[in-house]
Amino acid sequence: MSLTGLAASRRAFLGLGAAGLAAASLGLPVRADAIATKARIVIIGAGAAGTALVNRLVQRLDGAQITIVDARAEHLYQPGLSLVAAGLKPASYTVSQTTDWLPSGITLVAEYAAAIDPVAKTVATSGGKSLPYDFLIVAPGLVLDHDAIPGFSLDMVGQNGIGALYAGPAYAAKTWDAARKFTEEGGVGLFTRPATEMKCAGAPLKHTFLIDDIASRGGAAGKYEIHYAAPQPALFSVPIVAEKVRMLFGERGFTTHMQHKLLSIEPGQKRATFEKTEIDATTKAKVKSTVELAYDYLHVIPPQRAPEVIRQSGLSWADKWTDQGWVEVDQKTLRHLRYPEIFALGDVAGVPKGKTAASVKWMVPVVEDHLIAAIQGREGTETYDGYTSCPLITRVGRAMLVEFDYNNNLVPSFPGMIAPLEELWISWLMKEVALKATYNAMLRGKA
Amino acid sequence: MKELTLETLIAVFEEIFGRGLFWTMVVAALIVTAAYVYVLIRDRSMSMRKFLMAQLSMPFGAVAAVLFVQAMTHSHLRDIGGPIDVIVLLGVAVMGAIGAAILVYTAQSLFRLRKA
Repeated sequence: MSLTGLAASRRAFLGLGAAGLAAASLGLPVRADAIATKARIVIIGAGAAGTALVNRLVQRLDGAQITIVDARAEHLYQPGLSLVAAGLKPASYTVSQTTDWLPSGITLVAEYAAAIDPVAKTVATSGGKSLPYDFLIVAPGLVLDHDAIPGFSLDMVGQNGIGALYAGPAYAAKTWDAARKFTEEGGVGLFTRPATEMKCAGAPLKHTFLIDDIASRGGAAGKYEIHYAAPQPALFSVPIVAEKVRMLFGERGFTTHMQHKLLSIEPGQKRATFEKTEIDATTKAKVKSTVELAYDYLHVIPPQRAPEVIRQSGLSWADKWTDQGWVEVDQKTLRHLRYPEIFALGDVAGVPKGKTAASVKWMVPVVEDHLIAAIQGREGTETYDGYTSCPLITRVGRAMLVEFDYNNNLVPSFPGMIAPLEELWISWLMKEVALKATYNAMLRGKA
Repeated sequence: MKELTLETLIAVFEEIFGRGLFWTMVVAALIVTAAYVYVLIRDRSMSMRKFLMAQLSMPFGAVAAVLFVQAMTHSHLRDIGGPIDVIVLLGVAVMGAIGAAILVYTAQSLFRLRKA
């Protein structure tokens, strides 16, 4: 007896009491017999996607030569960075070791991928190794292009009112140092978003909401302003969510600066320069101008791009995201459109949504299915519909459990129970306590 | 998550309370439950007087459980945002109340035995 048929999946977040325990013991997954193969599988990246996939593949395959390439010794639980940057969790909350999560029977090459030759089917590493493959999974994540913002550098984070929580656990903690000062002393808090595709598009909003909430109950109460500046015309890519966020911003008295792209900062004078885009009322032409905004606290999120090795390898889209280089894959199967033995997973995949850990959880079984089908010489059947989930924190203690797909449809896991556009305590509980446990289960290939 | 397993559920609870505290609470709950079953079998009946005391402890158990969960999750009563939140809150309170009642009943039974 399995709970899978009941779509019990996301309900496990709740884990409410004995009934759940009893049901869970009946719902142990049943694995098909391992498939014998000599296939050489190379996975670039041991982050959320690479690790989750490799743990599933070792259960499904017998005899495959699986190599995972990643030089980074630390595994980062990135959904926790928003909590670290609001002083709710320590930096260590997000850090574990890459090797903690990898199964035995595979090869870890602790080097970076330096080049990919999709014609010869080899991956060259930074240490000079050449890894031939039958199947390649590209999951290296993305790079934060901090240098694209003149005047900003990472060593400034934490001082003079500058935060940058995306940059990693230590920087998220330093971000809280700067943000805490703002919540105690007040002034102008300026929160930004990049023009590129980005990891977790909810995080810029979460940071804004959290710092406002903490400031409203701290020393800054009554003597601060919140400004939110984004290059996009809307506050969120999903229109119904954007409207809800617009209303919340209105209720809380935030000032929004839409179509404002952060160009540079002058940390000495605490001023940020933005490129403002307006549509001329008569000619309908785009008119660009430069705007300066002063701040006491500035949150910087830099432009985000595919790693250089991907952009140099000829795997990127030629006609989309040309400044960012995401991998050219079919958006339902995540299979490369020109090289069928290559798949992309996670942040690097060139699909419209899905740069979150929740998306990875839905992507990994799809790639697993198509990869195993290819090994068996048949076609896979699973498809990815763009599922992305964002527990959009609006206060310490409240969040909206926003889930959506490629078509901007809301796809709530608990329809009728947990309203996606309501600020709820239960959604906060999921983000704060249940999410990391389910993430860890995903890494082990068990969710 | 594609499959709901006991392992995942335990991982969730370990995350909520921390591994040490979670297993300490599990062991404590098992000990109290075992002691409760023991006194029921030993006395072969429920003492209504002890049960009355146990019932009086229930509101305290309910409040304590709610405060405990809120302290563990950076939450307050002001965060209750909708019906489902009230249901979760009541669920926590009910568990706290029942836990307190069992604890008090068992404690009384064990304590009076030694006195007698």
